[in-house]
Amino acid sequence: MRAVAVVGASLAGVATARALRAQGFEGRVSVVGDEARTPYDRPPLSKDFLLGKTEAADLALLDSDDEAELAIDWRLGTRAVGLHPSRRAVALADGGEITADAVVVATGAAPNRLPRTAGLAGVHVLRSLEDAAALRLELAAGSPRVAVIGGSFIGAEIASSCRALGLETTVVEAAEAPLAGVLGTEVARACAELHGDNGVRLLCGVPVSGLRGEGRVTGVELADGTLVPAEVVVMGVGARPNTGWLAGSGLELDDGVVCDDGLITAFGSVAAVGDVARLRGPQGASARAEHWTSASEQPAVAVANLLAGATLHEYRRTPYFWSDQYGVRLQFAGRTRPGDEARVVEGSIAERSFAAVYERDGAVVAAAAMNRPRPFTRLRRGLSRAAVPA
Amino acid sequence: MIYACHLEDLPQGESLRVMADVPIAVLHADDGIYAVDDTCTHQNASLSDGWLEGCFIECPLHEAAFDLRTGAPTCLPAKRPVRTHSVTVSDDGCVYVHAAVTESVAEGAA
Repeated sequence: MRAVAVVGASLAGVATARALRAQGFEGRVSVVGDEARTPYDRPPLSKDFLLGKTEAADLALLDSDDEAELAIDWRLGTRAVGLHPSRRAVALADGGEITADAVVVATGAAPNRLPRTAGLAGVHVLRSLEDAAALRLELAAGSPRVAVIGGSFIGAEIASSCRALGLETTVVEAAEAPLAGVLGTEVARACAELHGDNGVRLLCGVPVSGLRGEGRVTGVELADGTLVPAEVVVMGVGARPNTGWLAGSGLELDDGVVCDDGLITAFGSVAAVGDVARLRGPQGASARAEHWTSASEQPAVAVANLLAGATLHEYRRTPYFWSDQYGVRLQFAGRTRPGDEARVVEGSIAERSFAAVYERDGAVVAAAAMNRPRPFTRLRRGLSRAAVPA
Repeated sequence: MIYACHLEDLPQGESLRVMADVPIAVLHADDGIYAVDDTCTHQNASLSDGWLEGCFIECPLHEAAFDLRTGAPTCLPAKRPVRTHSVTVSDDGCVYVHAAVTESVAEGAA
């Protein structure tokens, strides 16, 4: 194998390049990224970056030593617009084309937007550094009232940051309780209560009917007629995998790029990693994770399989994520199903300091913790040993 | 020299945090007791809450691992080493950390 094309220049793309070199690949590694800047880490964007505690330069995923070691053929500031798997060619928006012996799809996901919100000033999503810089600028102008649409982790982190900036902040969540599907009702309630504890208003159970304002947003209208006045609105309403450019490629697309549990697609020389990868296990069940940890860990497995020319390794790590909000660190590992409830094994939920397990049929299937990293680490280790693919 | 604990209170596999000019993690690994700066060099997390295996400590937040003998990170996301500090155990089982002063203080004193 002499050349590998990596499409996507964020964490998963960078981890792919690192894995290729770490596993002895000495050929050409081309990395395509639609942003003009070199890759950066995203988790701080909703936290320290919004607060002005971290700057763009601090977020770089590669330093000059890495650059020298990895010798990447960068194709930044250009978008991949097509893939021809049979000849492993990636078409670029600038008219160029990269051909390689293997292609790794690492194009991530794009934030959802509510309909009829385009072109209205003051309305934001938060995914890229550019998004975060634009939002930070607006939060610093005067003392805007902020409405965050969506009460999941990104929404909660943004609300927490806005509150830390001293801004009047409201979180609007369509479901009866945010995060209950992931965390179970009791842990989800503890997370939801963090908003009120810290002076942020949380409105649950009513969907948004639209935004108010002409030219610039003035508020969020809910289906029950409530109006939440806001000069800045942030939408944290999920993301969809960036697979549009793969239409017509012949790759199987199903809310992501379908690959086996070793990250390899039906075209043996094309892999998918990170947010965009939908892993199908041997029983046909499939899963896609939008977690930093998956984007960081999957590439090493994908690369090992690509270099071997066959799926010899499965990605078996337990899904893991963390969230920092209102000075509380939440950690979660595993997968719950509706009805799975947490059993506290250390600390207490009321004190916002606990470690808990979720059990099903006598086995621990997930673990959660607030401000209890030590027992959580041990619980997560236990889960990893029992992990099954997809 | 900082008194950390009595050896009896730090069984193999366990770790604790002591305060010097910065927090220090004291860890009882398979082959002895080590001390390193407690805060992961990648992001704010406490290594004494991490996973101790062999002579490596893994950060509880993002799984960066450090070699306790050298302080060097063995994998991403950490890139910078943690400082290491020498440890003495007295005859009566008291564990002392010889905390190095931070570089900025050392420069100021020079």
